[in-house]
Amino acid sequence: MSILYKRSKSLNDSPFTFCPGCTHGIVLNTVMNVIDELGVDGDAIAVGCVGCGGYMPWFMDIDTIYSLHGRAPANATGVKRMNPDKIVFTYQGDGDLASIGTAEIVHAAHRAEKITAIFVNNTTYGMTGGQMAPTTLAGQKTTTSPYGRDPDHCGNPIRMSEMLATIDGAKFIERTAVNNPANVRKTKKAIKRAFECQIKGLGFAMVEVLSTCPTNWGMAPLDALKRLEDEMIPYYPLGNYKDF
Amino acid sequence: MVEGRRKKMTKVLMKGNEAIAEAAIQAGCQAFFGYPITPQSEIPEYFAREMPKHDRLFLQSESEMAAMNMCMGASASGARVMTSTSGPGYCLKLEALAAMTLNRLPAVVTIVMRNGPAFGTMKASQEDYRMNGNGGYKIVLLAPSDVQEAAEMSFEAFDIADKYRNPVVILADGMIGQMMGSVDFDKMPPKRKDLPEKDWALHGKKYRGGKPVLHLPPMGTEHFKTKHWQETELYPDIIKNETKVEITDVKDADIVLVAYGTAARMCKAAVIDEQPGSVLKIGIIRPKTLWPYPYKAFEEIGSNCKAVICAEMNIVGQMIDDVRIASSGRWPVYHVGDSENDFLMPQDIVDKVHKVWEEVK
Repeated sequence: MSILYKRSKSLNDSPFTFCPGCTHGIVLNTVMNVIDELGVDGDAIAVGCVGCGGYMPWFMDIDTIYSLHGRAPANATGVKRMNPDKIVFTYQGDGDLASIGTAEIVHAAHRAEKITAIFVNNTTYGMTGGQMAPTTLAGQKTTTSPYGRDPDHCGNPIRMSEMLATIDGAKFIERTAVNNPANVRKTKKAIKRAFECQIKGLGFAMVEVLSTCPTNWGMAPLDALKRLEDEMIPYYPLGNYKDF
Repeated sequence: MVEGRRKKMTKVLMKGNEAIAEAAIQAGCQAFFGYPITPQSEIPEYFAREMPKHDRLFLQSESEMAAMNMCMGASASGARVMTSTSGPGYCLKLEALAAMTLNRLPAVVTIVMRNGPAFGTMKASQEDYRMNGNGGYKIVLLAPSDVQEAAEMSFEAFDIADKYRNPVVILADGMIGQMMGSVDFDKMPPKRKDLPEKDWALHGKKYRGGKPVLHLPPMGTEHFKTKHWQETELYPDIIKNETKVEITDVKDADIVLVAYGTAARMCKAAVIDEQPGSVLKIGIIRPKTLWPYPYKAFEEIGSNCKAVICAEMNIVGQMIDDVRIASSGRWPVYHVGDSENDFLMPQDIVDKVHKVWEEVK
């Protein structure tokens, strides 16, 4: 019998504390599976964020530092510049990367920092209880857009992959999703390539992974996956935006 | 630890900012992250010129905030790191600086103070004495009063930071940063011995037999335990070992002036201006460390003393609160600072001494 899915050996024994049906677990396990496959767990340094993604450091069996809200790319810059031969990656949510941390992510890309950013986009602030994020879809109800996001009032959702792909120093940018097994496999392939970009020393790499937040969306997990497919993917097209 | 460069530099004429940068390089600073702001820009400029010559890192960040967070990552990787800024950037750095105290990450941060709030003016000032990030913590604050001392404090700051695994701030004012002075780099403080190994540095777990290093905020009871340990063991240790002060003529003083940095130089000038023909005896207490504060120095003040005057380059007094604590009601405490026309001048201090003496004699 072949093993189709297993817990990565680069994760420690702590059980994930994500909400039932949340896809963070899939994303994190996928990242760590790639680290296993590349055989770089001994050289990997993870840089955490603030938000639900910020739980990540507690589950990994590799060198880790947490960051302040949005500052992971700056923190990772310091780590990578002092450890140029190590594999340094950030793991950030959309509140972290696309709102409070836009300056840091843009300039890490702009300087062609040889780091990999894993950007988990679930169109909301999960940990603080489902507030509106810059990525929240038009019309989406959240606790701070209780009547639905009105683009006239607070703009349309920001597309980070498209924006970062315009920057010279960004060498690999791809948007994927984890709503079905085929997309999970594509996500893994993209994350692997984003790490290879770093290993080759080419520059900044990011994979944006569309993810769900059943708890704050007020949906059953399967409905959340369906929403990801029906509403998020049409606005956030999957695909590669920059390759090397 | 990377050895500092052994540059043949005996006595040279330098700006305070340059002396701070050169001393940091000699102390083995491996990475500098910074952002331009007056009156400290000569510091990043000096590092930009010199660091590549020694195969060390200078990186201009996108903001002061990013620079401090870069320091956090580089420090967690075991490097000796520095960043510098002025008041407006200090606010932005405090988020990460405060976090580094709880995560016990050493770093040296130079603040060259100017008049605020916000962009204020470009004039030198001492207005960032109280600036604090969130959460409870202490940071060693070194207050140089001339260019030589700025170099010495910058050199020693790295050892202090590494010894206690705590950030150190060099709190200089714009005058110290901008003025030229002679520096003798043969007279740097001795390198400290027995600094702890940085066995917590991030280099990947295979360099530690597969055991990962986790730089996470202490959670749950660990959070409280860490801060209790800091308050009851680390900070008392720093207070005991690192408090530094210069005390001049306080035993039989009628009035004692308390000042740091450039304001202390002005006090010395004021005493010289005041002495001829005056019967008043004036002592000076000059804290070299603002935390730990040299409260005990005030116990040396003699029984003749009628008043203590805190001289600061500001209008809303800041150090004066520590002077009040140190005075414990034994003497009335007065503030003298910037006038309505300009920053503090020696004549302002002379005038204040006379005015106060009329009240207390």
